[in-house]
Amino acid sequence: MENLSGNSEIAERFGDLHPPLTAQAAIAEANRCLNCFDAPCMGACPTHIDVPRFIGKIARENLRGSALTILDANVLGASCSRACPVEVLCEGACVLHRYNKKPIEIARLQRFAMDAFHRAGGRLPLKSAEMRAEKIACIGAGPASLACAAELRQRGFAVTVFERRALPGGLNTYGVAEYKLPARASLEEIELIQALGVEFRYGVEIRTQADLDELEREFDRIFLGVGLGAARRLGIPGDEHRDVIDALEFIARYKTAHPPQVAQSVAVIGAGNTAIDAANAARRLGAENVAILYRRSERHMSAFAFEYEHAKQEGVQFQWRVIPVRIHVDASGIKSLECAQARVNEAGVLEAVEGTAFHFDCQQILYAIGQSPLLELLSSVRGIELSNGRVAVDRATGLTSNPKYFAGGDCVNGGREVVDAVADGKRAGVAVAQAFEVVHA
Amino acid sequence: MPESPKLAVNFAGIRSPNPFWLASAPPTNCGEQIMRAFDAGWGGAVWKTIGEPIVNVSSRYSSVDWNGQRMMGLNNIELISDRPLEVNLREIAEVKRRYPKNAVIASLMVESKREAWHTIVAQAEDAGADGLELNFGCPHGMSERGMGSAVGQVPEYTEMITGWVKEKARTPVIVKLTPNISDIRVIARAAKRGGADAVSAINTINSITGIDLNTLTPRPNVDGKSSHGGYCGPAVKPIALNMVQQVAADAETAGLPISGIGGIATWKDAAEFILLGCGTVQVCTAAMHYGYRIVEDMIDGLQNWMSEKGYSSIEDFRGLVVPKVTEWKHLNLSYKIVAHIDEAKCIGCELCYIACWDGAHQCIHVDRVSGPVDGHVELHATPASVEAATRASIAVTPIPKLDAGAGSNGKATPLARIPRVDETECVGCNLCSLVCPVEECITMVEVATGKRPETWAERSAGECAPPPMTQH
Repeated sequence: MENLSGNSEIAERFGDLHPPLTAQAAIAEANRCLNCFDAPCMGACPTHIDVPRFIGKIARENLRGSALTILDANVLGASCSRACPVEVLCEGACVLHRYNKKPIEIARLQRFAMDAFHRAGGRLPLKSAEMRAEKIACIGAGPASLACAAELRQRGFAVTVFERRALPGGLNTYGVAEYKLPARASLEEIELIQALGVEFRYGVEIRTQADLDELEREFDRIFLGVGLGAARRLGIPGDEHRDVIDALEFIARYKTAHPPQVAQSVAVIGAGNTAIDAANAARRLGAENVAILYRRSERHMSAFAFEYEHAKQEGVQFQWRVIPVRIHVDASGIKSLECAQARVNEAGVLEAVEGTAFHFDCQQILYAIGQSPLLELLSSVRGIELSNGRVAVDRATGLTSNPKYFAGGDCVNGGREVVDAVADGKRAGVAVAQAFEVVHA
Repeated sequence: MPESPKLAVNFAGIRSPNPFWLASAPPTNCGEQIMRAFDAGWGGAVWKTIGEPIVNVSSRYSSVDWNGQRMMGLNNIELISDRPLEVNLREIAEVKRRYPKNAVIASLMVESKREAWHTIVAQAEDAGADGLELNFGCPHGMSERGMGSAVGQVPEYTEMITGWVKEKARTPVIVKLTPNISDIRVIARAAKRGGADAVSAINTINSITGIDLNTLTPRPNVDGKSSHGGYCGPAVKPIALNMVQQVAADAETAGLPISGIGGIATWKDAAEFILLGCGTVQVCTAAMHYGYRIVEDMIDGLQNWMSEKGYSSIEDFRGLVVPKVTEWKHLNLSYKIVAHIDEAKCIGCELCYIACWDGAHQCIHVDRVSGPVDGHVELHATPASVEAATRASIAVTPIPKLDAGAGSNGKATPLARIPRVDETECVGCNLCSLVCPVEECITMVEVATGKRPETWAERSAGECAPPPMTQH
């Protein structure tokens, strides 16, 4: 946990990509907001934060009211303000794109309000003074479970969160690039949820039918916020070498443990947002040459356009239509990654073009080609329907086909953003609470 | 190249290279300032009021900021000049010697004694002032001592003291009017009866600008206390325009030259005051905010506008709008306009929608997608239900690999967000066009009613009709 206690090297190399606003700048920016009715930014936000309302409160110097407006919709409002791809969400929906082409800097304003709230020692408010007897378990301590747990605890329910790792937050703590959201900031935000009285049990992995049976006996409802499973492996000769590293694991390591040794030349396989985060991190940790290798073309990449632009600015190289074939290793480590040019054949399948083999010289390989669903756990839940490896739920409530279970986050949506997980978790929390509140009303 | 329009004016006998004067205030405190102002282009300056020197307090100013902009309104509790009278007189002479073509007006305030006024008039004129402005308007401090607005609020005193000044004065006499009265025309008439050659309006408005919510101290703070001050700046301009128009249109004071004062900061402001009859305009707050340099664009902008309009002198357009301001009863009841939304310009903020529902007549709707529904208000979705639908909707981050064709940000306004005007219900109030942030997006379009023009005065002529009771 060297980083979390303040590793100055990481702090220096991963400085804020979007630095905080000063009070004067925040008020000037807040005053640009038109205060749209039924604002598109609010509609675009998966948690429907009332953006014009919280921005107006900044302009009127009601910072506590501003933060509480954010938290009322999104209990992880602080981390979302840093981690959200706002270009495709609230800021992307801002009407000022069609006015003076300069959308309101909603994310930085949100961070401004949340930073002020944390600095002032703000605490999450309760929504009910009454304490209730029902007990709820949340599996996983990622954003979905945290949102579900906070909502229920605020309404007086007894909530316990089970987490297999040592720290809460899931990808918010372990997986978001440090220049966007430092692990420390994620943990500080979660302290407010702990302060509500949510119980966290760390180092507990719920995996088998027996584990679930035990939970079902103790708890009235169970929320599945388990995320996705193991990273997909490359499946080529040499991929078991210790310098062939899961990109998420690489990110988690530099964020929460000793910064990993980075080779001079690093290949990153995949072109999603995780691949970009890993490639940028490798550059910032000292790698001279970092290249993203992707089997399809630029327009197929799943990374957001602004992430692609950012990576280019960080000095990351891109190679398109390249298939990794074999990793060449000697006693000193990886020597190169053998690749071939890719093409789409008549059947529409990608294949290596014969005679196009080449060697990409590198000493380290990070792979980010997706995660598999947690099938072992999910298929242990009795009566739960899966679809494409995802838990099938009623979108408005998160209710699964087993009435005791609710679910949200990546295990339901296949891997979206923090804010999507928060929205799922909150909807489930509200639904669980309403079910009991109606019964006892 | 066509000759540029002439800005020179002859105001009640006072010649000035342009109509832009600095008002009697801190920017005209001393000769050194006024000479720099003339260098910057100001046509004239009304000297900071001279009289028996006083003692000031600190602090003296406070302001009202609005939406991130500073000094929408400014308030002061400063008194008249705190410099020895001889120094002011010597500097007036010096300025006139070095700037003979610029207008220097001495603002005067002394105790309400005939001899005192005779003496100060002679001193100011001997120093070379081109005219005199009688400060009957200062609302704070001096009024407690029987001067300033204590005079200007009583028609008899105004007439009497103006009369004393006119017994002695050889230069034009301008009476500065206070707005802190119920009908400014009464004082303007008194000034005219006293022999005034012109009036200037308005002086500052009684005000308390605000209270510090940390210390619970009113502003401006003078050792924990404050006093009501005089309010000026952009916030007061509409009040000033109305008062100027009232004086200009009054039968008793018609033709009396008016120097317009109140929130003037730009050439546009100046043009408006001149269109309502003013021969010169006086500026203070804007010069205090940004310095004398603002006059450059006042001159340049006014000349460009005059060229565009084909006016070659100030007199060509002075007072043109006075007759267009009338009593309500003379307005045409048969004239009808309705709002029109240009959907190509609409950015989808829906400010017109909520303004119409909550602040007007519930005739703008967001039902372009659900299908137009004309008729009674009960048939339409209310703002609360529109917002509730959004909050209940499920939105997700568009992820390319999960959502084919995701993301269409900011390109065109979705039809569902472009409001529709129900023209049969629209009363033509203008509110939507006022709140719309986009220039020319909502315009008010005249619709033929087929009715002949008719005013309330005409409709009620001959009858003993009560005033209309169907007001909103």
